[in-house]
Amino acid sequence: MGKRVGMEVAIASAEAAALCKFDVAAVYPITPQSHVAEHLSDIVNDGRVDASFITVESEHSALSAAVGSSATGARTVTATSSQGLLFMSEILPIASALRLPIVMLIANRAVSGPINIWNDHSDIMPMRDTGWISFFAENGQEVVDMTIQAFRVGEDRRVMLPVNVNMDGFQLTHMVEPIIMPDQEEVDRFLPPYVPFATLHPDKVVSMGTLGMPEIYAEAQKSKDVALVNSIKVVREVWKEWEAQFGRKYEPIQSYRTEDAEIALMTMGSMGETAEIAVDELRKEGVKAGLLKIKLWRPFPFDELKKAVKGLKVLAVTDRACSFGGPGGPVFSEIRCALYDVAKRPKIVNYLIGLGGRDVQVENFMDMVRRAAKGKLSEPYEFYGVRG
Amino acid sequence: MMTEKKWPETWQEINPGCMVFRPGNASEYHTGSWRAKRPIWDNSKCIKCGVCYIFCPEGCITEGADGFFEANFDYCKGCGICAHECWPKAIAMVNEED
Repeated sequence: MGKRVGMEVAIASAEAAALCKFDVAAVYPITPQSHVAEHLSDIVNDGRVDASFITVESEHSALSAAVGSSATGARTVTATSSQGLLFMSEILPIASALRLPIVMLIANRAVSGPINIWNDHSDIMPMRDTGWISFFAENGQEVVDMTIQAFRVGEDRRVMLPVNVNMDGFQLTHMVEPIIMPDQEEVDRFLPPYVPFATLHPDKVVSMGTLGMPEIYAEAQKSKDVALVNSIKVVREVWKEWEAQFGRKYEPIQSYRTEDAEIALMTMGSMGETAEIAVDELRKEGVKAGLLKIKLWRPFPFDELKKAVKGLKVLAVTDRACSFGGPGGPVFSEIRCALYDVAKRPKIVNYLIGLGGRDVQVENFMDMVRRAAKGKLSEPYEFYGVRG
Repeated sequence: MMTEKKWPETWQEINPGCMVFRPGNASEYHTGSWRAKRPIWDNSKCIKCGVCYIFCPEGCITEGADGFFEANFDYCKGCGICAHECWPKAIAMVNEED
């Protein structure tokens, strides 16, 4: 039945990977991911899993080593944050193009500059189009559960794609939270041993990472896109199975008090819990408020979104990253695009919040809802609470 | 499976990860079609040193039974390195359309 523990979330994410009996961890430490790296190293050093920990000289090397090890059929985990993720960017689309089910734990952190080690989503957002499946966890329990789910989804023969599990740096990674840590036996039942489609082995010849001429490149991209689009079916299936086995429900877009809601907030990551309290408070005031929380960012859950916004008059999308000179935050522009063909769609407004670790409190979310309801937004997108 | 064809026609035929299970099939791609100039050997100047063979980046130059060299035009891209390196000036690069 699992054991209820109080554990720092970064440590718990490494423990979850250990429950998945990873074969290889290739990780370079970076704040606020360092505890993940250190604890993965501890786990290997203590012989708790039969695995190799590859110490690398950079994140570029970390993901390169992960690609190599995954290509040999090893269950592979890596982890990074911010500049480290950006440094991995060259290898990110290669991991997905090679259809290698690497799992990456990302402690989301703002990118420079100015240099900032605190939490927002400006590291993962530019990596949106690299062909990885992206989960966003809201709390420590979700980090643990999603880490285990990530291996299962990624390794499914119908998927074969890398998965990143996004957890807010500090807000999640450095919090000690109550977490139900699944038993080894439970995880073994949920996650079968990894049986790769093909492996690099001298006895069975295969070329991976070949040249793709203009005659074939477009077809290769199409096949990768179809793989990612179709993976949503497996994500839904695996999350249903998880619910049946562990009793915790996961949905691509989780609705909170939206049944009769007229106005809803939209969040990704740890701020969902703060926004929930704001919704509760607004409800006490008689405001028909609700909340939509995106848990699956890639593949994007179009069907779930269309269902979730039914009946809403206003949707206030919060973004934790900027798209400079663009149409608004990346989540906002995707939501708007996804609803373009929906005749009865809500008015959609955008707040850029929590940039570089800026605190966002319950009252702030309440204020966002009230102002969005009045239609009092001077710009297509607003840097919420910005001075000046 | 893509093993039956030169390369997959449709996206559905592409192996996951574009993996290639048949070794050495790059030889089926004839890079000779890229060529704008072709190397022509003047065997009266050739001293059979083999510098053209050594420097050919495509590995498409072979030595004949008589000790002289020739390029396989299925693969020769016409880069001209052989002609550049040939110090007795036995190789001329000639326009394909001439």
